[in-house]
Amino acid sequence: MIELRDAAYDYGGGGLALRGLDLSLAPGSFHFLTGPSGAGKTTLLKLLYGELRPTGGAALLFGSDTRAMDRDGVSDARRRIGVVHQDCRFLDHLPVHDNVALPLRVAGGDVASRADDVAQLLGWVGLGARMHARPPELSGGERQRAALARALVMDPDVLIADEPTGNVDWDMSQRLLTLLAELNRMGKAVIVATHDLALIRAAKAQVAARVLRLSGGALSAAGADL
Amino acid sequence: MTPRDRLAAWAEAWLGDRDADRVVPPSGQTAWLTVASAGAMAFLAVFALALAFAAGTLADRWSQGLSDALTLRMPTDATDAQVDAALTILRTTPGVAGATVLDDAAQAALLAPWLGDGVPVDDLPLPRLIDVALGDPGPDVEGLRLRLAGEAPRAVLDDHGRWRAPLVDAAARLRLLSWATLGLIAGVTAAIVTLAAQAALAANAEVIRVLRLIGARDAFVVRAFARRFTLRALAGAVLGTGLGALALAALPGAGDRIGLLAGIGIRGAQWTALPLVPILAAAVAALATRGAAARMLRRID
Repeated sequence: MIELRDAAYDYGGGGLALRGLDLSLAPGSFHFLTGPSGAGKTTLLKLLYGELRPTGGAALLFGSDTRAMDRDGVSDARRRIGVVHQDCRFLDHLPVHDNVALPLRVAGGDVASRADDVAQLLGWVGLGARMHARPPELSGGERQRAALARALVMDPDVLIADEPTGNVDWDMSQRLLTLLAELNRMGKAVIVATHDLALIRAAKAQVAARVLRLSGGALSAAGADL
Repeated sequence: MTPRDRLAAWAEAWLGDRDADRVVPPSGQTAWLTVASAGAMAFLAVFALALAFAAGTLADRWSQGLSDALTLRMPTDATDAQVDAALTILRTTPGVAGATVLDDAAQAALLAPWLGDGVPVDDLPLPRLIDVALGDPGPDVEGLRLRLAGEAPRAVLDDHGRWRAPLVDAAARLRLLSWATLGLIAGVTAAIVTLAAQAALAANAEVIRVLRLIGARDAFVVRAFARRFTLRALAGAVLGTGLGALALAALPGAGDRIGLLAGIGIRGAQWTALPLVPILAAAVAALATRGAAARMLRRID
């Protein structure tokens, strides 16, 4: 579904440079992406959902090379990719329910007729009682779960999460991991960038995940110590 | 597609949809800037429009009024017999509706603006003036001039051309200037709305990034901002046009004696042009916002 083929990205000016990235997110796959801070995990994820276009090699979104896609093409592809950002990125003037329904709205869907679905999704992530709150009123864990609900509302084929447990305690990390594993069992491709090795170890009991390490601008399989 | 659907699609394309509008956070200062500037520009546009109409009316009036008549100026020493002969020629010429010798009172009235009332006309060496009213179609002026030359060789037949041409030309230029002013007002409105939209877009850059990340096409983002600014400009322009219309209605009525100044106003069917001012302002705002939003989106990516 999403593939990097010998992809490279260079910010220029002697900054971060990624090279030789090969990665395929097939249906039902689960990947952890780990590596030191500043290694380029977020940049790699941006290549996967088309926010950045590779400066070398290719990034394919559902079979289309992002460098050949126009802006609307990238937008359409993003509707099939759910992204949970580390900082969640909500529209703070809208209640949680509307934020979660936002992808439906921008895709021109009938938001009113999907209101129950959105409420059900919020209930699934444990935010049924908080759907009318504004994002700034939510705790870190609640924000992450709301971001997960927003990422899922379009029933995407791929779920990309960038440090989803970065701002939450261990119990909440486990809850989020359980949700991600459940989605993976539904057939969705999942990739989670994290520096939390304990989380990766804990996940082994729930999913058959491939662990990748990004270091020195290159991607490799993580060692057996994980 | 029914006409109603077509209208709804057209309105959505230009005004954006309410759903898209909701994603833009409420804003304060830029909202009032847009409403107030659109109102002020619409107020000025109403007066520019009124001036254009008045200039057009004036050009028509001067052109039509002065071309409906001729003046025959007999020499100061012309005899009554020569005047009668000239009158006979005039009254028997096809296309001449009538010819009248101006009496002393009429001549005094003509001189009054320069010499004051009570001019002793009898003591002045004044030419005898014959006012010639023309029919439709008018006479062959050159033929008439030749016939008059035989009976009254030093008489001058004035078709007012040397007065009429510069006046009509001046009025036409004034009308052109008024339309140019309207264009200028539209341009300034576009510039102000663009600035306000750019400020709002810059303040909401993060909102735009979020929308793009969750799959919003450029058109959605553009519609979201365009709707807001279009409606604000429309509201301000409706207010400004209304105030302008009230101010025009309060102007003194037109009178021949005070000419252009009192002629600035809108009459009859011309009032139907006023609703075009807010519509034009809204269209200018929509285009300006769309342009600003498109530039912002290109910059963000």
